[in-house]
Amino acid sequence: MLRVLLIRLLSSVAVFLLIAVGLFALVRLAPGDPVEMMVPPEVSGADREAFTEAARARLGLDQPLVVQFVRWLGGLLTGDLGYSYTNGQPVGDLLVGRLGPTALLMGSALTIGLLVAVPAGVIAAVRRNTVVDYTVSSVSVVAISVPSFFLGMLAIYTFAVRLQVLPSSGMYSPGSDGLGDLLTHMIMPVGLLALANAAAFTRYVRSGVLEELGKDYVRTIIAKGGTSARALGHALRNSLMSLITVLALTIPGSLSGAVVLEQIFAWPGMGQLAIYALTNRDYPILIGFGLYVALLVLICNLIADVCYTIIDPRVRTA
Amino acid sequence: MTTQGLEPTVATDSGLAPAATESSPDKLALRRFMRNPAAMIGAVVLLLTVLASLLAPLISPYPPTEIDLTNVRQPPSGEHLLGTDSTGRDVFSRLLAGGQVSLMVGFSAALTAVAFGTLVGILAGWFGGIVDGIISRLIDIMLSLPAVLVIIVLAGVIGPSVPMLILVIAGLAWPTPARIARGVVLSLREEEFVQAARAIGSRTRFILARHLLPGALPPIVVSATLLVAESVLLESSLSFLGAGVQPPQSSWGNMLNEAQSLTVLSSMPWLWVPPGLMIALVVLSAMAVGDGIRDAIDPRKNS
Repeated sequence: MLRVLLIRLLSSVAVFLLIAVGLFALVRLAPGDPVEMMVPPEVSGADREAFTEAARARLGLDQPLVVQFVRWLGGLLTGDLGYSYTNGQPVGDLLVGRLGPTALLMGSALTIGLLVAVPAGVIAAVRRNTVVDYTVSSVSVVAISVPSFFLGMLAIYTFAVRLQVLPSSGMYSPGSDGLGDLLTHMIMPVGLLALANAAAFTRYVRSGVLEELGKDYVRTIIAKGGTSARALGHALRNSLMSLITVLALTIPGSLSGAVVLEQIFAWPGMGQLAIYALTNRDYPILIGFGLYVALLVLICNLIADVCYTIIDPRVRTA
Repeated sequence: MTTQGLEPTVATDSGLAPAATESSPDKLALRRFMRNPAAMIGAVVLLLTVLASLLAPLISPYPPTEIDLTNVRQPPSGEHLLGTDSTGRDVFSRLLAGGQVSLMVGFSAALTAVAFGTLVGILAGWFGGIVDGIISRLIDIMLSLPAVLVIIVLAGVIGPSVPMLILVIAGLAWPTPARIARGVVLSLREEEFVQAARAIGSRTRFILARHLLPGALPPIVVSATLLVAESVLLESSLSFLGAGVQPPQSSWGNMLNEAQSLTVLSSMPWLWVPPGLMIALVVLSAMAVGDGIRDAIDPRKNS
């Protein structure tokens, strides 16, 4: 089992290196020269050339590509992600500063999503093909197909503009940093992200429970005179265990959802930073963000693998 | 607690054996599809939307990018069916033009992904061994990449464009059909009719195209429909974030982007409600059609 995990870990490292090479190549191949954009408008003529050359030398852009890559990779490993082109701040610090709000948003949304999805999915599976099941399924289909930014705009229109009960953007009101204020700001973005998570989880829980309920051991319990509650207990244990794996694999996708919602609700998280970098062509931030996403994906996959091995003894021997 | 869900489902072995009825399985499936109201409504809505987008140049009352500063931010009226935006462009015309782009991106990305994915999946299933090992691992990795985030990084560095959008969406979506095709081929590979084909000396390409592809086609069609829904949704999210279709070209996603300010949101709902509803409608319809096809092909699943 340890050997399997070690191989997985090594292949994850290899994939990460590949992605790093890809991102590096991407920046060097990109059209446009960010150094040109750094030149102040009042500098012109020969001064302009001297300025770009000096800037190039300062950023190490005059070195051969291989040297640049090794330097860059060495920097990465020591936590140096370079500096933002637009405001000169270290990218590492920028990203870390945005980590908290995004983690808060995603963490609470995943928790609430699970708390809603597990009971909803189990009820839908147990009462299959009844009104309850159809309602749960329709709500989750609608929640998946209506884009979250449209729901967000509808929510702002209803709760912030018409009813004026919730703030439309940000994390805190100006001049306030109380917990209550934070919570009211969290309701809409967290609620919508939780809805999206819950919709996906509910479908997993429902089909997982349905599959387990159709298995022989459930029939055996019923045949031996066990109550249906007892049978459900056994089936639940088996189907919910696999949900841990699904949860780990959903986290990167959930970050996509968070990016969109952060943009609508002006939530000062990583997504907003990424969109800022996108509009301003701030490559170092984008690359830092890309590396962060790659790391997150690989770690989540690894966690999913480990969980799977622990939960399901059959995998260990394979 | 009822025992309703606890009844063991009857397992039949290979569902692929054709039923011994007078109608062909295809006709039966079509009839089942026609009897499914959600799927039929979805199909009609989808058809109408596609038709409207195709005929957009003919039915648009105004050119979609024509700026008219004397008619700015007009509410819906007989002259401008859905009003005008902040530069006086006709929202209805932009909605049609946006539909053209959104559907084009959705359909071409889904088709590319399905074509490529099916090919790769069939090859992986057929050849097995190390080819299958590498492709399967690649599929696992690709499936876990969040498409929105990948495209944000790519669009930020390369610059956003429609062809890139289609290629990247397809590039991240192919593992789903590939996985399906691989599964079908793995289960069909050892069937007797394939052995027979081999025994009489059929070439591999012939067996793949003639015997294995048709078996994989039904589930692939289902996944293609669902991929159209996903691609439309993805395109709209990306255009909304500014990483997709760029103004002045309109798409449903970037029409919502232009309506993000609180003033537009609160006082000009005609700018953002129609495109939002269209996205939801198309995605829901495509999903209903996909589910309908799945149930029609495999009636055991929903009974």
